[in-house]
Amino acid sequence: MQFFIQLTLDGLTVGSVYALVALGYTLIYGVLKLLNFAHGDVFMVGSFIGYGVLQALGGASDPMVPVWLLLLLVTGAAMVGCSVLGVVIERFAYRPLRDAPRIAPLISALGVSFFLANSMQLLFGAQQFNYASYNLSGGALYFRGFDLDGVHVPLLRIITIGAAVVLMVILWFLVNHTRTGKAMRATSFDREAASMLGIDIDHVIVFTFVLGSALAGAAGVMFALRVPTFAAVGFTTGLKGFTAAVIGGIGSIPGAMVGGILLGCAESYTAGYWTTAWSDLVVFTILILFMIFRPRGLFGRVDIRKV
Amino acid sequence: MSELTPPTPPPVDPGAEPPAGPAVGRDEWVAREGERRAARHPWIGTVEGRLRRVPWWAWLTLFVAAGALMPAFESSGYVRLVAFETVIYMVLALGLNLIVGWAGLLDLGYIAYFGVGSYVYAIFDSPKFGFHVPTIVLIPAATIIGALVGLCVGLPSRRLSGDYLAIMTLFFLELFETVATNGNQIFGHNITGGSFGISNVSPLSFFGHRLAVEHQGIFAVSYYYIAIVMFVIIFVTLRFANLSRTGRAWRSLREDTLAAEVMGMPVNWLKLLSFATGAGVAALAGTVTTALNASVYPLNFSPVVMITIYAMVILGGIGSQWGAVLGAILISVLLQVLQNPGQARALFYLGVIVGVIAMFRFSLRLAAVVAATAVFGVVVHAVAASYHHSWVDGAHGGVAGVLGDWVVVPVQLAPWVGQVAYLLLLIGMLCVTQLRGWLRIVALPPTLYLAGFVWENLMIPNPGPARYIILGLLLIVLMIVRPNGLLGERRVEIT
Repeated sequence: MQFFIQLTLDGLTVGSVYALVALGYTLIYGVLKLLNFAHGDVFMVGSFIGYGVLQALGGASDPMVPVWLLLLLVTGAAMVGCSVLGVVIERFAYRPLRDAPRIAPLISALGVSFFLANSMQLLFGAQQFNYASYNLSGGALYFRGFDLDGVHVPLLRIITIGAAVVLMVILWFLVNHTRTGKAMRATSFDREAASMLGIDIDHVIVFTFVLGSALAGAAGVMFALRVPTFAAVGFTTGLKGFTAAVIGGIGSIPGAMVGGILLGCAESYTAGYWTTAWSDLVVFTILILFMIFRPRGLFGRVDIRKV
Repeated sequence: MSELTPPTPPPVDPGAEPPAGPAVGRDEWVAREGERRAARHPWIGTVEGRLRRVPWWAWLTLFVAAGALMPAFESSGYVRLVAFETVIYMVLALGLNLIVGWAGLLDLGYIAYFGVGSYVYAIFDSPKFGFHVPTIVLIPAATIIGALVGLCVGLPSRRLSGDYLAIMTLFFLELFETVATNGNQIFGHNITGGSFGISNVSPLSFFGHRLAVEHQGIFAVSYYYIAIVMFVIIFVTLRFANLSRTGRAWRSLREDTLAAEVMGMPVNWLKLLSFATGAGVAALAGTVTTALNASVYPLNFSPVVMITIYAMVILGGIGSQWGAVLGAILISVLLQVLQNPGQARALFYLGVIVGVIAMFRFSLRLAAVVAATAVFGVVVHAVAASYHHSWVDGAHGGVAGVLGDWVVVPVQLAPWVGQVAYLLLLIGMLCVTQLRGWLRIVALPPTLYLAGFVWENLMIPNPGPARYIILGLLLIVLMIVRPNGLLGERRVEIT
């Protein structure tokens, strides 16, 4: 039972990262009907920005500011940096292709992903960058926490999961209870009709990229607080985030959250009860099965094709 | 009634070609796109028209003859090996062109079929399990197995479309990589040799005669000829396939799947057929490659290789066979050139010069930009040199003559300088694409200089990431500027 709780905890932490990445995929897919392959690499860039800010502020063991402010600054910088990156990508790689055949922006997105991953490798090398989060305020974030049936739940885990939940709630509020959110939903429903009704589509798309990329940036920091980050991490994590989005149903925000958590747990249980070598296999098999038997995912809506 | 005269034909220009018969299934306006283009550039149009009348098999004969004669003039084993790899890339690009270009299905798992062919060959003709199946049986068998795998991957394509299909095939590639990497512990059995792969694979052998991989220590040219034979067979087969009823059906599928289905075409069957054929081609290429390398590793089939082949097909022009061939040659040569500092440098400056000329044509503005860039560089170089000589001494022997007084190459480059320069270069490039008129001319010299600086200090010392950065950029720029590639037919849409 203790082992199970441990695994679930792991799964929830990883899953919340996947869920944040999946939200970015879902948002962008919803509005632009574009599979943004570069999203995983935006996530990777976010983890690198976080690392840079962390080092600039003195590193994890000897920060110049209190720990709570440090975490806030690191996450904030990653979110802002990724938003800018996302907007730039949209402006230069996707906007010129908005009316091109569907295959064109997909290939452009592949190019962006390739470009970002290799640029980071060119600038920072292929080595791993460790946040050394166990040093944060003398390790207190790991020692403190509470016991759950004999399993120690470190404070950092709670903060990570909590932050993910807070971000998702903010996103849910933005999408469902603001004017811009309404415009986003309208655009995702029917872009042409929305633009006829006076919605500024460019504005909505930029806003979507800001939101999605900011979430990816936060996810990057959360990911790197747990394990070291490196330039090639974006591709695999991006694929898993996408899997989460598909499981939940592309275009559905609660779906992305549920999908992320499910995927994280599935991966964690496979690694714990079977072997880590095959945990990727399980993830991909789940995705392929979903693709074949329920392409709209758990919460997705069915697209009716009119001729 | 007698006043009814037959309609007079429109006046015919005596020099003009007689109008071709009505092309079935082609809109007239679309069909005349070429003529309209020719009208704008009379001279180019004439040459183009003449060249178009040369039959494809004549081109193929010429091309293959040139390729076959290459080893007679080039004795370097390295160049011959690169030529072999290029031919393999050409075959892979032809197969991918079938799936993506003709049937219009975005298959991101294509390289996995190449892997299937490679692994089948390696498992059944190596000491690993003691199997030694004769080549003459094994190559067709591996091709068929590859095609069957392609068929299985294609099965979900009946329900999925577009992006979903792309991602599913990409996951199949990941699945393949995972299985290959962890294949040394499948329920306690070692099948694929894990990340160390399978080595000591036997070379090709025909009727008891083994084709040695090396001849006196260098690449045996017989493999090059086998690859060329394979290329010709694939090229001709696919050519006929494309001209056939099935080929036309594929193209209709690409243009509008729904319309094709309504017209009574067996859409699902056509999709599966294209998947299987393309996969078979890739598997065939895999067998010969594995026989030459005598080993196979999971890393040979990573998404990186996948994107390289996509870049080939897209650069050449999606849907054009010659485009795929040309793209494979260009990208393969590019990847090799970028690994050699001297050639990479030459290529870069050549590319910049051509790019700037293309941007401004021959005009006063071109002269202004070139002069400003040269002066800018010399001034920066002089300032850096006067500060400390170690700032400009890093280029000993590397940068020749005039360039050595232009671009700053420090002995030791602090990492942050490179990072900041790269970031500034990106910002500069993005700005240049947005600015117009004199602003652009003002922004260009510093950007060009930064490009030179980044190229000399970052790209040339790190050819690995640099070449893939260029491939990535190439994909983005091609999609925006020229989605039809070099030889692809421009899509003309009537709305």
